[in-house]
Amino acid sequence: MYMSKRIDSDRARFKKIVRGAVRSGIRKYLSRGELIGRRGKDLVSIPLPELEIPRFRFGRANQGVGQGEGNPGDPVAIDPDAAGTGEAGSEPGEHILEVEMTIEELAEIMAEELALPNIEPRGKKNIAAEKDKYVGIAKTGPESLRHFKRTFRQALRRQIMSGTYDSKDPRVWPVKEDKRYRSWRTTFEPESNAVIIYMMDVSGSMGDTQKEIVRLTSFWIDTWLTSQYKGVERRFIIHDAAAREVDSETFFHTRESGGTRISSAYEVCLNLIREKFSPEDYNIYPFHFTDGDNFHDDDEKALKLLEELLPTANIFCYGQVDGAYGSGHFLKLLQEKAPDEEKVLSAEIKDKDGIYDALKAFLGTGR
Amino acid sequence: MSHAALKFPTELKEIKYEVEDHARAFGLDFFQIIFEVLDYREINEVAAYSGFPYRYPHWRFGMEYDRLSKGHAYGLSKIYEMVINNDPCYAYLLKCNNLVDQKLVMAHVYAHCDFFKNNLYFAHTNRKMVDEMANHATRIQRYVDRYGTDKVEAFIDCCLSLENLIDCHWPCIRRREKEKPERNGPFNSAQASMPGNGSCSCEKGHDESSACSGSECRSRCSGCQGEEIEEGGFFSDDDDEPISPRRLRSKGYMEGYINPPEFLEARAKEMKTKRHEKKRFPENPEVDVLLFLIEHAPLKNWQRDVLSIIREETYYYLPQGQTKIMNEGWATYWHSRIMTEKVLKDGEVVDYADHHSGTVGGSKLQLNPYKLGLELFRDIEERWNKGRFGKEYEECEDLVTRDSWDLGLGLGRDKIFEVRRVYNDLTFIDTFLTEDFCRRQKLFVYGKEEKDPAWVIKSREFRDVKEMILGRLTNLGNPLIRVLDGNFENRGELLMAHHHEGRDLKWIFADETLVNLQRLWKRPVHLETKREGKRVRLSFDGKENEIKELD
Repeated sequence: MYMSKRIDSDRARFKKIVRGAVRSGIRKYLSRGELIGRRGKDLVSIPLPELEIPRFRFGRANQGVGQGEGNPGDPVAIDPDAAGTGEAGSEPGEHILEVEMTIEELAEIMAEELALPNIEPRGKKNIAAEKDKYVGIAKTGPESLRHFKRTFRQALRRQIMSGTYDSKDPRVWPVKEDKRYRSWRTTFEPESNAVIIYMMDVSGSMGDTQKEIVRLTSFWIDTWLTSQYKGVERRFIIHDAAAREVDSETFFHTRESGGTRISSAYEVCLNLIREKFSPEDYNIYPFHFTDGDNFHDDDEKALKLLEELLPTANIFCYGQVDGAYGSGHFLKLLQEKAPDEEKVLSAEIKDKDGIYDALKAFLGTGR
Repeated sequence: MSHAALKFPTELKEIKYEVEDHARAFGLDFFQIIFEVLDYREINEVAAYSGFPYRYPHWRFGMEYDRLSKGHAYGLSKIYEMVINNDPCYAYLLKCNNLVDQKLVMAHVYAHCDFFKNNLYFAHTNRKMVDEMANHATRIQRYVDRYGTDKVEAFIDCCLSLENLIDCHWPCIRRREKEKPERNGPFNSAQASMPGNGSCSCEKGHDESSACSGSECRSRCSGCQGEEIEEGGFFSDDDDEPISPRRLRSKGYMEGYINPPEFLEARAKEMKTKRHEKKRFPENPEVDVLLFLIEHAPLKNWQRDVLSIIREETYYYLPQGQTKIMNEGWATYWHSRIMTEKVLKDGEVVDYADHHSGTVGGSKLQLNPYKLGLELFRDIEERWNKGRFGKEYEECEDLVTRDSWDLGLGLGRDKIFEVRRVYNDLTFIDTFLTEDFCRRQKLFVYGKEEKDPAWVIKSREFRDVKEMILGRLTNLGNPLIRVLDGNFENRGELLMAHHHEGRDLKWIFADETLVNLQRLWKRPVHLETKREGKRVRLSFDGKENEIKELD
């Protein structure tokens, strides 16, 4: 009675609805932290409570019946939802609907929504490398590639089968049919590696809101570039008046006081590129987030270093978040005096809604 | 048949015959059962369609399949078996079960099937539901072909959103004289001219045109209030008696002064409108909201059909929701007896014990219906075997006497068969969950303060525990919502009321559900309920959700 594969069309339909829901919610996701921390290696888990069919139901229950030992007053379990926000609670055992999506799919939806062109890796990195790989065994081939062990094994097998093998005189004579050769396949591997270098101002004027914006923006940049390149590496640099390279954890959670010297970050970035990421082998994407309150005496040095940096990079993105104080004059300076206008992409991210436009500005060039 | 043979190897067939014989010998009475062995993908698919091979196309089945597959892939859940209430009864076994599991599962299935066949609450269900579901699928597929997937699916979404608004006592109580087969009766004609009544223009007008707009309804309504009322026999059933305003006593010659005719006339008119107002629509609050919508919402023919399909399927599934604890308890009780007393071989004991303990084990925070039902059936059997029931036993306060109470009646077997015939979960718990049982099973009520992250045992009082379980089972754990007025404010709007018993609704969902309801009703819809103790009315007028405090 069981009929198979009717489910396929319903699944396809579901997938389509999920895609639609993600797409229509992408602006929301772009500006809220919902997806951060939901990214695994290949999959992103997206909460889509709106997919659940609404019904008249009871709200969260704060009581229930259980079974087991214990006296009144004894705790039986910890409510996992209680730690977070009070509002988002659900009944025990009831969860917000989540769907999983590959990073590629998510990036694709994001690209559709932001109208992002695919990136064309530039220069020689565009050329795919040809690589021979020995992947199997064939019956024909040049003698130089003869597989000694396999050949003899085959001969032994034949002799045992035909009864000519004598264990007292265990000599094995391969004949032509026994010969085995290594065979290879040629693969094309595009050598388009990329490195994303995030630089962030952690001076006193960068508050938590600003950092959250950076975090969100970098999540989406990661998603997009990961879908575009085979291998993507990420490096993090924080700076106030001095700069240093850190890991991602430190990057997002450090808060320091002190002034801002943008040049320090560019310097560390340049060194990093020189030492580890040669522009020959890598597509380099430096992103710099700051509130733009640079020390005035540092401006010139920063611009000069940027000039050096630019030829190595695909693009240089400068995101200026609104600081608590100060003028944020560096953005203007950059827009006026930037050495290579084509490569320098700048955006002012006033609040979380600005992320959308910033991403569009940064990634919309297809480079 | 050869196809079925492929799906059901001889090895299992032998087990089936063995288990079936034992089940019959124990007195179980079931439909013919057809087993099929499926791999995990197939069983997930069948489960996504809740057991039926043909269902109408809808994305939620795909979603359910995804969920089940994921659960399976991560090893979170495994479906051992599925069984459908149908004659013949279809049951699916998971291919990778080992033989002990298959034995156990088959014994379990036979008991389920016995329950389906004999429990009173299943009596109304269609035993050819496999065919019926396939017919539903065909009908809906036809609408999809004609009107497009998006349109039909969106409508189904709306219907499903209201799916739980049914009358769970409907199979047992006739709330109406008849299911209104004839539409020409005086009562019906009267109702047909009521405003807000979507199906006002009787059968032939049903098609597209029956989507009668509010304004049309209103104009017809204002017409009704005039003189035609009397001629049309509007209040035909109980309003025949003439309206006669009370007269003051008077001597003949004073009559014209004491009871002036103009006054009497005005009074008569007043009484007439009063009586009219009393005549509500619906007459009594309607619990079966789906039925009310089918009959009165301005739907197109195909929409009405889709809604009836959804309603029919909901009523088919209703008893399974109503007897979860009993049904699973019964099946567990019998698989345990059949296995341990008859079928189990020495070498299989450990595997059996492992599987069985998995079935009846559970977490501290949730009552396991398998466990609860099993223990209750065992308890009932013991009590009726030993005569531990009735006034004398209840009133006995000497613990020692109670503990050793045994009249040797041996009525246990008969009693549990009677129980499986006439009870549902609610009455089952209400009747048989005793204080002793509650204590022995260590049941407790737990709770949590708003900001406190830990669930804490609140009480082990029998009353509290029982009240809580019964509360959860009432109306299948759904809020009780009734249609109060289909012509609210005399503007064809729909007013419903939630019978509030201490728990607030889930607000986000309530708003969205109203939106879906409005799509069917077309005019504004309202729901009265309580929010944090205050009476409120949620409304949706087609554009905006609104909330209004009533006190």
